[in-house]
Amino acid sequence: MMFENVMNFLMTPPGQVLLMVAFLVCVMVFVAFVTYAERKVLGAMQRRQGPMTVGPFGLLQPFADAFKLLSKETIIPIQANKPVFFMAPILILTLAMVAWSVIPVGAQLVFANINVGILFLFAVSSLGVYGVIMAGWASNSKYAFLGGMRSASQMVSYEVSMGLVIVCVILCTGSMNLSEIVLAERTWWMQLLLLPMLVIFLVSILAETNRAPFDLPEGESELSGGFMVEYSAGTFVLFFLGEYMNMVLMSAMTTVLFLGGWLPPFGIEALAFVPGPIWFVLKICAVLFFFFWTRATFPRYRYDQLMRLGWKVFLPFSMVWVIVVAGALVFMNALPQ
Amino acid sequence: MIGVFAFYLFSFVLLMSALFVISARNPVYSVLFLILAFFNAAGLFVLLGAEFVAMILVIVYVGAVAVLFLFVVMMLDINFSELRKGAMQYVPLGLVLGGVLLAELITLYRAWPPAAMNEGGALDVAEKIDNTKALGNILYTDYVFPFQVSGLILLVAMIGAIVLTLRVRPGVLRQVVGSQVSRKASDILKIERVSRGKGVDHV
Repeated sequence: MMFENVMNFLMTPPGQVLLMVAFLVCVMVFVAFVTYAERKVLGAMQRRQGPMTVGPFGLLQPFADAFKLLSKETIIPIQANKPVFFMAPILILTLAMVAWSVIPVGAQLVFANINVGILFLFAVSSLGVYGVIMAGWASNSKYAFLGGMRSASQMVSYEVSMGLVIVCVILCTGSMNLSEIVLAERTWWMQLLLLPMLVIFLVSILAETNRAPFDLPEGESELSGGFMVEYSAGTFVLFFLGEYMNMVLMSAMTTVLFLGGWLPPFGIEALAFVPGPIWFVLKICAVLFFFFWTRATFPRYRYDQLMRLGWKVFLPFSMVWVIVVAGALVFMNALPQ
Repeated sequence: MIGVFAFYLFSFVLLMSALFVISARNPVYSVLFLILAFFNAAGLFVLLGAEFVAMILVIVYVGAVAVLFLFVVMMLDINFSELRKGAMQYVPLGLVLGGVLLAELITLYRAWPPAAMNEGGALDVAEKIDNTKALGNILYTDYVFPFQVSGLILLVAMIGAIVLTLRVRPGVLRQVVGSQVSRKASDILKIERVSRGKGVDHV
């Protein structure tokens, strides 16, 4: 009885709002622990211990960091363009949160099950570049400006091949609805055809989220902090949260497009007793581990190498691959209806 | 109710930001308002039930074209108030162009009532068939030749832009990955066998 009342309340508009806030809080807490996990994983890979003093195993370190940053003074450069300066971090965080509305974390567990979900995700992730550009310009500082410019061209370049990768997935699944993409039947040769696209997608999301080895916009050695060099305290927290939330979002996107979303891995029916959202989170964690792993492994790319990889390697390859996938689907008579 | 509210909200913000695009003194603000205008136009498309067009508008115009605008405007170092001084002499031309556009809009309005005024939006098919599919069906069957021709025109424009801006500067050091990869160890490395107590004298 009690349970039914709660369910009925959650279906009403105020209940939905409550649900969304609760979901976002969960995502934020998850993001906090992602930063902790990154430091621990990097520590393990470099044979150190990582954070370990605040709380048991250092688990409360991200919260301590957040409190430290929030208690600092927010410094605004005198020459900065104030409205744009403040809008940039807010924009980045808002976009990273908005995108979660279409991510299906389980069967039927999605806020907005829209027909063009994948396009929505792509659109929102392509808007993220504005936060970076605006931050770079509004700070009125050379380093920030150069960082913003680098990031803008980098994000625009890698979006192109990301779009083509998404086209390949849509060709195989015949839908732009994220839940339908997860549920679509995929034969073994489709999986095989999509494998190179998975590799391209993983590299592209590294570039899209400005992560190592493509973290040129904030390359410490040449641009100090890049586009966020003038941001401190609260505004910096927003950037930081936005960046990590984008990482988690991109991992979720990879999970939905390639790793089968909330379904048990490799289609093993025996594992279906574990609830879908748990599989979803585990798969996100696997992709995040890949993020940390690359950060610990690869040195930073040079700018011209980055552009070369995006335009001269990924773009032609993914373009050809769209044709190969489409041709294979027609040849095998497997075009989704 | 909420649909009507959303329609007026999007239209109002769209018109206001369009106004700011042409009235803002700072060109960067103009571009930012232009982006806001695109965004609200996408919102109006969603209200019409054309979610595919809305998303494409955001991806193409906001996500790519406007980024390049912003890029260029931020890089330019032009004194725009200087540029504005002679602007008044173009008023007659502007008025003529504006008048033509207005007349066209009025003709359009009389010939075809705006879709938002219809109950249920312009695309009645939206309920039965996914509008991405509806658009694809029309584009690749009835209008396949115009569609292909517009693609070719874009291709020509792209090649033209590349040809016009490509310049080969001598003396620029470039990384040629092919030659780096095909380089053998024997090309760059010489192994000397050094006998004990003698050293090497011809390096």
